[in-house]
Amino acid sequence: MDVVLLSRLQFAATTMFHFLFVPLTLGLSILVAWMETRYARTGDEVYLRMTKFWGKLFLINFAVGVVTGITLEFQFGTNWSQYSAYVGDIFGSLLAIEATAAFFLESTFIGIWIFGWKRLSAKAHAGVMWMVAIAGNASAIWILIANAWMQHPVGYTLRESFGGQRAEITDFMAVITQKFAWLTIMHTIAASIVLACFFVMGISAWHLLRKQHEEVFTRSFRMALVPGLIFSLFVAIQGDFHAVDVAHTQPAKMAAMEFHWETQPNAPSYLFAWPDPEAEKNSIEIGKIPGMLSFLIHHDFSTPVTGLKDIPKDERPPIALVGMAFRVMVGLGAYFIIACSIGWFFRKRLQEKTWYLKMMLWSIPLPYIATQAGWLVTEVGRQPWIVYGLMKTSDAVSPISTGQVATSLVAFIVVYGLLGLAGFTMIAKKAMKGPDLPEATETKA
Amino acid sequence: MELQVIWFFIWGLLWAAFFMTDGFDLGVGTLYPFLGSDETDKRKMINAIGPLWDGNEVWLITAGGVTFAAFPLVYATMFSSLYTPLMFILFGLIIRGVSFEFRGLSDSALWKKTWDTCIFVGSFVPALLFGVAFANIFMGLPIDGEGILHGNLFTLLNPYGIMGGVLFVLLFMQHGALWLCIRTEEGLQQKAIQTARMLWPVALSVLAVFVIASWFYTDLYANYLAMPLLFTVPVLAVAAFIGARIFLGKGRYFPAWGMSAAGIVATTFFGIIGLFPNLFPSSLDPAYSLNAMNSASSPLTLTIMLWVVVCLIPLVIAYQAWAYYTFRFKVEKEDFTY
Repeated sequence: MDVVLLSRLQFAATTMFHFLFVPLTLGLSILVAWMETRYARTGDEVYLRMTKFWGKLFLINFAVGVVTGITLEFQFGTNWSQYSAYVGDIFGSLLAIEATAAFFLESTFIGIWIFGWKRLSAKAHAGVMWMVAIAGNASAIWILIANAWMQHPVGYTLRESFGGQRAEITDFMAVITQKFAWLTIMHTIAASIVLACFFVMGISAWHLLRKQHEEVFTRSFRMALVPGLIFSLFVAIQGDFHAVDVAHTQPAKMAAMEFHWETQPNAPSYLFAWPDPEAEKNSIEIGKIPGMLSFLIHHDFSTPVTGLKDIPKDERPPIALVGMAFRVMVGLGAYFIIACSIGWFFRKRLQEKTWYLKMMLWSIPLPYIATQAGWLVTEVGRQPWIVYGLMKTSDAVSPISTGQVATSLVAFIVVYGLLGLAGFTMIAKKAMKGPDLPEATETKA
Repeated sequence: MELQVIWFFIWGLLWAAFFMTDGFDLGVGTLYPFLGSDETDKRKMINAIGPLWDGNEVWLITAGGVTFAAFPLVYATMFSSLYTPLMFILFGLIIRGVSFEFRGLSDSALWKKTWDTCIFVGSFVPALLFGVAFANIFMGLPIDGEGILHGNLFTLLNPYGIMGGVLFVLLFMQHGALWLCIRTEEGLQQKAIQTARMLWPVALSVLAVFVIASWFYTDLYANYLAMPLLFTVPVLAVAAFIGARIFLGKGRYFPAWGMSAAGIVATTFFGIIGLFPNLFPSSLDPAYSLNAMNSASSPLTLTIMLWVVVCLIPLVIAYQAWAYYTFRFKVEKEDFTY
């Protein structure tokens, strides 16, 4: 294996592992802040127990998420130094702004939140949790703006400099306000809220099935159900706008997502298909809906959609992976709407509907799969480009030895594997243990 | 002043801020197996740094991010040529970071011992390797015109590099011990006081040897000889450490820690001033050296980033100061969250 492939594997492994923890952090921080606000306003001890219970799960998850984020920033320099030198002027500044504007805030306030129970009033302590939630999401916004620039570079010019040609910023506002970025941001944050809501509903369902801590978990379930329903609908509708934009900015990605070979009007969509990249056609096509793809993208049937055949062979992403990941994401997205709608229907008598509670318990992993699939579509769909249309991934790698990357890749797999094992075991253990008894949770009033 | 020059010093200042803030919690982590003799003392030590270490570590992320933004070529060359030591640092920081949270989740002795070891290793290794890396940068690394390092981890482990590593470990341990003097009481505080007293002559001797060795191993003194007034910086570093010892002797631990912080900043700046205008000098040929001019971002990016830093860093300092103020008390048993 070469340095490029190993570095890609390493980056994929570390990013996807990091993103097992980030969406829950983004969504659950908001739910915990809301629970604590209710406690601060009402003084109702049940909300305090909820805050402490979900807060503890949040913290274990946060710890793994935050430490695995550090390696991502540094890998641009260690493994992708050609990329860093080429786009540092723009991409580097976005990462630096993320650290100064958001990550500082999040990391400082999380420490205050963990240790500040006796040092702050209930209202101030809830305010600290809001700062954590806002800063965490703001951090995601800056990172996604940086990522969107790799997907759809804008506001730059290419100039000669000491290290060779590089991209330099010309319009900062264009970079931070571009449509692609904000579509990604809305999609990711909304999906994170859905994931957190399913996490809360699933664990609540487990306790409700055992008829323990019923007050805490009925309230928790209902508090997650409403945003769960709203945001699963939002993700789906907004995802459609996002896909339309992708079709215009990254035609190769869209063609791969839909297994679409021929540029043609009345372009079809398939419920299931399997591509044969050698023969440049699909070997399996099931459930063909004529004109659907044209309609979805252009809102009429006659406008042609670019097919993979019109994209040079060496500029096509891995088609099977992108298309399958897209189908998994969309299928699960539809499931989330249905699952939340059923819950809304039964919201007053959740305890009686054990089949529904079981279904929600087993649904906990599904949003994780959906968000990972989403990243596969986004990132693998961008290949072979590291910056879409501007720089190839193979030109971005550091001049380092295969041995160095192979060693660090193995080390990452071992360390992250153990961390993931320990993290998820601890989350499961704490989740099953349930909240502390009322007397253990007093605070400074 | 030119933008590139301003950014050179902001770059230095951010690394100094990282060493000053994360330095004491890395130091406490290094002292952890030695001073944390029983479970209560261990938890007190963790709680002494618990509320603050995470925010402190962001100074590293910012120092890295700002290197990326302001000097992309340095970021690319520095991190790819120092690949292996940087990976060790990252793994160290990862296992340390989760240790604080994970340790308290189970009462099994093996579980606790595992994370105790991780706290030590994850504090000691980064402290050591940051020192090794910076000493080697002061000396110049064998990088060619393509930014490729001719050497490996063992190239970095030369006498001067190791001396830099030992110096960082000692300064951080001293800094951490003084922090423990502030935040703990009774037996643990007594042990911290003794440790700080014992470390002081050792750390200061190594600092003196390092400053003298720099004359032989590096070109750091060229700028000082050209402008002798600059010698005030290393003198201030030594004065600050002497001040730390005086306050320690008087039992005034907060000023002692403040002096130690100032000493670490001044020691960092001793190197930064000597490097100027280089950020990453090549020992093969000065023409390959990366400096503030040839590796900087475009003037527009430097201007935008300057506004970001000028507006936000004071805010960061303000809320971090509030966090430090909130946790100025002695660690009490009832604060045992972990």
